[in-house]
Amino acid sequence: MTENNYYQLEKSSKNKKIIYRWILFIILGLFAIYYIAPLYVMIVTSFKTMEEIRQGNLFSLPSALNFEAWDVAWNGQGFSAGDVFLKTYFWNSVKLVVPAVIISTILGAINGYALTKWRFKGDSYIFLLFLFGTFIPYQAILLPMSRTLGSMGISNSIYGLILVHVVYGLCFTTLFCRNYYISISNEIVKAARIDGAGFFKIFFRIILPISAPILVVTVIWQFTMIWNDFLFGATFTFGNEAPIQVALNNMVLTSSSVKRYNVDMAAAIIAGFPTLIVYVLAGKYFIRGLTAGSVKG
Amino acid sequence: MFWLKRNLPRLVIAPSFGVLAWFVYGFILWTIYISFTKSKLLPVYDIWGLDQYFRLWSMPRWHVAVENLFIFTTLFIVFCIFIGILLAILLDQKIRAEGFLRTVYLYPMALSFIVTGTAWRWMLNPSLGIEKFAQDLGFVNFTFDWLVTPGMSIYTIVIAGVWQSSGFIMAIFLAGLRSVDDEIIKAAKIDGASLVSVYTKIILPMMRPVFMSAIVILVHLAIKSYDLVIALTAGGPGISSDMPAVFMTQMAFHRSEIGLASASAIMMFLTVSAIVVPYLYSELKREDDRK
Repeated sequence: MTENNYYQLEKSSKNKKIIYRWILFIILGLFAIYYIAPLYVMIVTSFKTMEEIRQGNLFSLPSALNFEAWDVAWNGQGFSAGDVFLKTYFWNSVKLVVPAVIISTILGAINGYALTKWRFKGDSYIFLLFLFGTFIPYQAILLPMSRTLGSMGISNSIYGLILVHVVYGLCFTTLFCRNYYISISNEIVKAARIDGAGFFKIFFRIILPISAPILVVTVIWQFTMIWNDFLFGATFTFGNEAPIQVALNNMVLTSSSVKRYNVDMAAAIIAGFPTLIVYVLAGKYFIRGLTAGSVKG
Repeated sequence: MFWLKRNLPRLVIAPSFGVLAWFVYGFILWTIYISFTKSKLLPVYDIWGLDQYFRLWSMPRWHVAVENLFIFTTLFIVFCIFIGILLAILLDQKIRAEGFLRTVYLYPMALSFIVTGTAWRWMLNPSLGIEKFAQDLGFVNFTFDWLVTPGMSIYTIVIAGVWQSSGFIMAIFLAGLRSVDDEIIKAAKIDGASLVSVYTKIILPMMRPVFMSAIVILVHLAIKSYDLVIALTAGGPGISSDMPAVFMTQMAFHRSEIGLASASAIMMFLTVSAIVVPYLYSELKREDDRK
């Protein structure tokens, strides 16, 4: 091979590389459009008037930033019968999420700690029961749960929903914390025990201060699960006690004869906003939670 | 006092364990029991045998639901895994905007299925949605009315479901790819292997555990899928996009057929168990082997 040939070969392989690079970016860009399009459509639609929606198309921009649909989605139209809006239900969800996340996270942390640092006979079987609990289809517990809530006198209430979410969130929070604590060396705990520190002292003084990473993951996971829940909310509550996803669905389905797509989209954005913000601000932990929940051990 | 100290870990676990035993396993047993009875609106406790299961499997609506679940699960898994792997491999090529693209691909996962369903229901709406957009562009004969066409509406659930969940599959495959030693890729390239064959022959086979996890998660999501169906098609038109989870809720809370509803819930439970139990067994065995 002459010098010249070699040079040309190198040049063509360089060109090839640039072409590959371009193809790569085009494919990635097309997928980005596919993922972003629905959010774009939701946002532009929410600022249009119904007239603009009928005249224009899905992707056209609104003529002006019209907040009327947002107002209707949040506050309602002002008449009493059949007026569905999100304000009340948004706060229902807040009142539900805060205690349910806190309680289930604390219990999960203590369970995970006890299961890994104070091993006792049969602990691995208990862990297995928690682990399998993360997979059960909730249809298999809906009927007895609704009867139990009824007999406890907390059906159709936020308290009932808090109980439900703590109970079924417990499996996830215990799993997350257990998997995190098992990677922490036992030596520290052993040393503290020799020094006479007890179960709770070790937990609060040694374990809790180093638990920040897993607690963030757990809190984000629980927050997302509970905020986005529809099945429990729709089954155990109705009327004014419903959480936000149930209210959103009712709103979209009951906007009787006249479809108000702009209001529907504003409502959908409101219902998705808190989890979206958490994801944008703490995406790293969000992904870690998803993978921690899936790839066991 | 000594006894208390010795048993404190157990005492701490006890309340959670009690809750788990009662609300998860006890409730499942109750549902199994009720599925063997004649219960309608209220539970009756006389054993009736397997009749609810025979009734269930003789109902055309249940067959529609199971068939839809099969279609949905298959397509959902195939598309999510294909798109997930493709995007993960492409993103792994030292892309400059990787962080941004990853955020874009994954954000739908933060949205609920109700929000997802609401958004896609609007986009797939034949009179004003994508169909109209294409017609405005000049494709006058373009039709895209799957949402309101019996037999096709199930595919709209696939479209929205893949949009919501495929980014997640990308994330777990990307995490898997990142854990592969770069040296392996370099060595294979020096031996003259092309990039495509490095991935198909060496790296992807190493991802077997990731494939397993992805499939288990997706099957599990698919069987539980309830919210998305409700928000997107509500099982319609008619019952054409019905799914077992929707069927169960209908029978339990609208048709006063709690025996039948329990039988369908147990069928779902058994299906999930058949997939999850072997998976967990192999995962835990792997964990033990590592010790």
